[in-house]
Amino acid sequence: MSLARGMRSYLLGLGLAALLTTASFWTATTHVIYGPAIPVAIVVLALAQMGIHLVFFLHITTAPDNTNNVLALAFGILIACLVIFGSLWIMANLNHNMMAAHMASQAL
Amino acid sequence: MNTVALHPQGATDSAGPASRRIIVGYGFWLFLLSDIIMFSAFFATYAVLSGATDGGPTAAQLFDSRNVAVETACLLASSFACGMASLAVGERNQLWTQIALLATGVLGAAFLALEIKEFESLVARGAGPTRSGFLSAFFTLVGCHGLHITAGLLWLGTMMAQFLAKGFRETIRHRFLCFSLFWHALDIIWIAIFSLVYLNGTRV
Amino acid sequence: MFGKLTWQAIPFNEPIALGAAALIGFVMCGVLIWVGVKGYVPYLWREWITSVDHKRIGIMYCLLAMIMLLRGFIDALMMRSQQAMALHSAGFLPPEHYDQIFSAHGTIMIFFVAMPFVIGLMNFAVPLQLGVRDVAFPTLNSVSLWLTAAGSFLVTLSLVVGEFARTGWLAYPPLSELTYSPGVGVDYYLWALEISGIGTLMTGINMATTILKMRAPGLSYTRMPIFCWTSLASNLLIIAAFPILTAVLSMLLLDRYCGFHFFTNEAGGNPMMFVNLIWAWGHPEVYILILPAFGIFSEVISTFSGKPLFGYRSMVAATMVICILSFMVWLHHFFTMGAGGDVNGIFGIMSMVIAVPTGVKIFNWLFTMYGGRVRFTSAMLWSVGFMVTFVIGGMTGVLLAVPPADFILHNSLFLVAHFHNVIIGGVLFGALAGSTYWFPKAFGFKLDERLGKAAFWCWLSGFYLAFMPLYVLGLMGMTRRMQHYDQPQWRPWLLAAAAGVVLILCGIVLQVVQLFVSIRTRDRRREPTGDPWDGRTLEWATASPPPVFNFAVYPNVTGEEPYWGMKQRALESMQLAQEPQYETIEIPRNTPTGFVTAFFAVVTGFAMIWHIWWLVTVGLIGAYATFVVFAWRDVSETEIPAEEVARIDRANRTARAAALQRMAARQKEQEPVA
Repeated sequence: MSLARGMRSYLLGLGLAALLTTASFWTATTHVIYGPAIPVAIVVLALAQMGIHLVFFLHITTAPDNTNNVLALAFGILIACLVIFGSLWIMANLNHNMMAAHMASQAL
Repeated sequence: MNTVALHPQGATDSAGPASRRIIVGYGFWLFLLSDIIMFSAFFATYAVLSGATDGGPTAAQLFDSRNVAVETACLLASSFACGMASLAVGERNQLWTQIALLATGVLGAAFLALEIKEFESLVARGAGPTRSGFLSAFFTLVGCHGLHITAGLLWLGTMMAQFLAKGFRETIRHRFLCFSLFWHALDIIWIAIFSLVYLNGTRV
Repeated sequence: MFGKLTWQAIPFNEPIALGAAALIGFVMCGVLIWVGVKGYVPYLWREWITSVDHKRIGIMYCLLAMIMLLRGFIDALMMRSQQAMALHSAGFLPPEHYDQIFSAHGTIMIFFVAMPFVIGLMNFAVPLQLGVRDVAFPTLNSVSLWLTAAGSFLVTLSLVVGEFARTGWLAYPPLSELTYSPGVGVDYYLWALEISGIGTLMTGINMATTILKMRAPGLSYTRMPIFCWTSLASNLLIIAAFPILTAVLSMLLLDRYCGFHFFTNEAGGNPMMFVNLIWAWGHPEVYILILPAFGIFSEVISTFSGKPLFGYRSMVAATMVICILSFMVWLHHFFTMGAGGDVNGIFGIMSMVIAVPTGVKIFNWLFTMYGGRVRFTSAMLWSVGFMVTFVIGGMTGVLLAVPPADFILHNSLFLVAHFHNVIIGGVLFGALAGSTYWFPKAFGFKLDERLGKAAFWCWLSGFYLAFMPLYVLGLMGMTRRMQHYDQPQWRPWLLAAAAGVVLILCGIVLQVVQLFVSIRTRDRRREPTGDPWDGRTLEWATASPPPVFNFAVYPNVTGEEPYWGMKQRALESMQLAQEPQYETIEIPRNTPTGFVTAFFAVVTGFAMIWHIWWLVTVGLIGAYATFVVFAWRDVSETEIPAEEVARIDRANRTARAAALQRMAARQKEQEPVA
């Protein structure tokens, strides 16, 4: 890609990422937002920032020659979700049933 | 490997094998995804063990948001510098390539230094990785990321030397493409870490 | 200076272990000396050890698998003998030794027999079937091979220096933690698997990139041979699953070496998380093994039925569905670990659902055979044997997928019978079918068919005699891994199982004999055209063995079953396709990078196991230096001039033209007089 376009992409990415990072840190420390919603907000902001990185720094787009890249990414995300949420679900279930007193485990 | 029917575009259809750049880039992309899955196993373990403090120190007691903010800024700036280096390589400009790569390295090293200091202070306070399951998981997850940064810095040094010694040859540019993918992916993983480990652990 | 390593590490006080160590040392030294004295070393180094050619690497993988099969099988012989004897008696194997044997048996068979065999066959055949010159990253391929060999070397070394793990092939904590396994056995296990796991992950990336980004012109996804589709699915699973293995083994290593508390009993550790993660890898692993075998059977059955594969698209769909579903069933390996009915129920249902696409495949294979002119070569026999055996094994799997049933049968011999049923009946039969099928392509001559068929019948009958009694024993309540027992009604079944294993031994002996005899009398079974089986896919379009560049020019694919179409056109016009325009071909250079990296991996692993910290540093620096040297090289390819390409290709064309003439003459003889 041309120098100007590239420059724009990275600058925009940097700006948006900095914005989202600041928002994340603010969300974690503020009293303005409803308490239980804070983890959700942090997750949403994190996902958004990952998207910014993917698009502006890694140049993952929906162009046809990029299809394999997007499919691979989707596969990777699927597996990561299965591992993380599957493990959390299973282990919470086990901990609950096994009543491990020395391990009062809270989900994230 | 070249003869008849090498197509410059990807082999998404039946045009013959793709170009070397696409092959190398895709292969490395697959490696990055495998690395992300490895991190997800560490994340899952951290999530499961996050309450397993064994009566010892908890996340809220240990994590310092300001330090994390500086680390995040360093890594984000480092990613941006790496992007600048990509542009410089695209322009075949040796001077700006070296400057941008140096900036990338310095900022990455700053991140690493802050992280090592944080680990040392935790260990000194009796909150080392051998204290509890939670701390084992924390040190491993964040430490694994730090190890990747270290390996990346070694790689970066090698790339700087190679650009100087051999110029902008095709194979070296492909290798640099892989490095920049790697570096940006590490920043993406850091987003997950600072959000889900530090911010979530210390939220009000 | 030498960490924990002392002369006590060699098992001087255990006669059986010492005997085994001596045998292995004798064999290895003997082979090395013989090779050296005969002067083969330069040839082996130049043509094989430093080779980055996917065909050579594939052959070496298969060779490694077959050698480790002998080692793992000896473990099986010892276990069966022990159990046949050990009613109210201690047998001949003390428990500490018996525990190492069953752990080594499982570890070797999965990681150093099944994986290398399947990866070797994929390595050999996939680039040929895709009509390209090599895989995406040839040097990385060599690194993968040698890292796998490094892992198997460490496991073999544990027999001579030190001990192996006594924890079973999956090393569950807390037994595998330092408190309960203070010796080096678990460390040997962990480092061997970490090292070979890296190699396997690299293979996954390599092959997936090859299949997705490097195909001959015209070879679109819907024209790809089904073996390439199943290889793609298998390699995507490798990329997804092996990082989990790396992570969980690293966590156990950290517990053991640095006193972390991931899976310990105290300080907040959770041993069940290990079981969870290891099976999140472990279930996809078995699909990594079976999917390429399914692909091999598709190729073999369609070739020897003389028909295109029935239901190609449904096969592809079934394969990709299995690929995704295999990541959604892993809890069925630990139904009894305390999850509630909801979790157990959902994973149980998913485990039953995953049997459906496999059933689709079985029907497709049967319909492929139906109406075809079936040739019962030994490869076809393996395929039919597979279909019967795997269906039985699959059904017992669906039975085990019902959580209440699993509560009775978990960790009984019923389970052992089930997984051997599907792995031997599926993976091993597939690997043997594939190696018989592709042997002539690799070496230019077929294997002796009579001995091959005899071996098959010994294997088939031996398998049933060895494992069907285990189903009965499991239902009778016998647990797995028992060193002795006191139920006399179990004994007859265990004797039958021991007899079965002896039959399998006959099969293996016949296969070894087959190899020797086939090589000795190879000129009788040479096949000059490169197409011994009247094949349908592109690997049969080139010479046997293929030249280093596989194809003189990329084949241009215009329909499904690319090679079959080429042959039909040649038969119709009674002449070969036009001679192509020959050009200079660049091929990647051989390099010792793979071998040297693996050498330093072994050094590092060994040093880690025995806590020789300075040696660890040496190993790591050596590995990094190897990488830098490789990255610094200026010339990475050699050229084969166009005249050389032409000479090699014309030789094959002459042979094919002659075969065409013979076919034409035969057809004329058979034509009725007008």
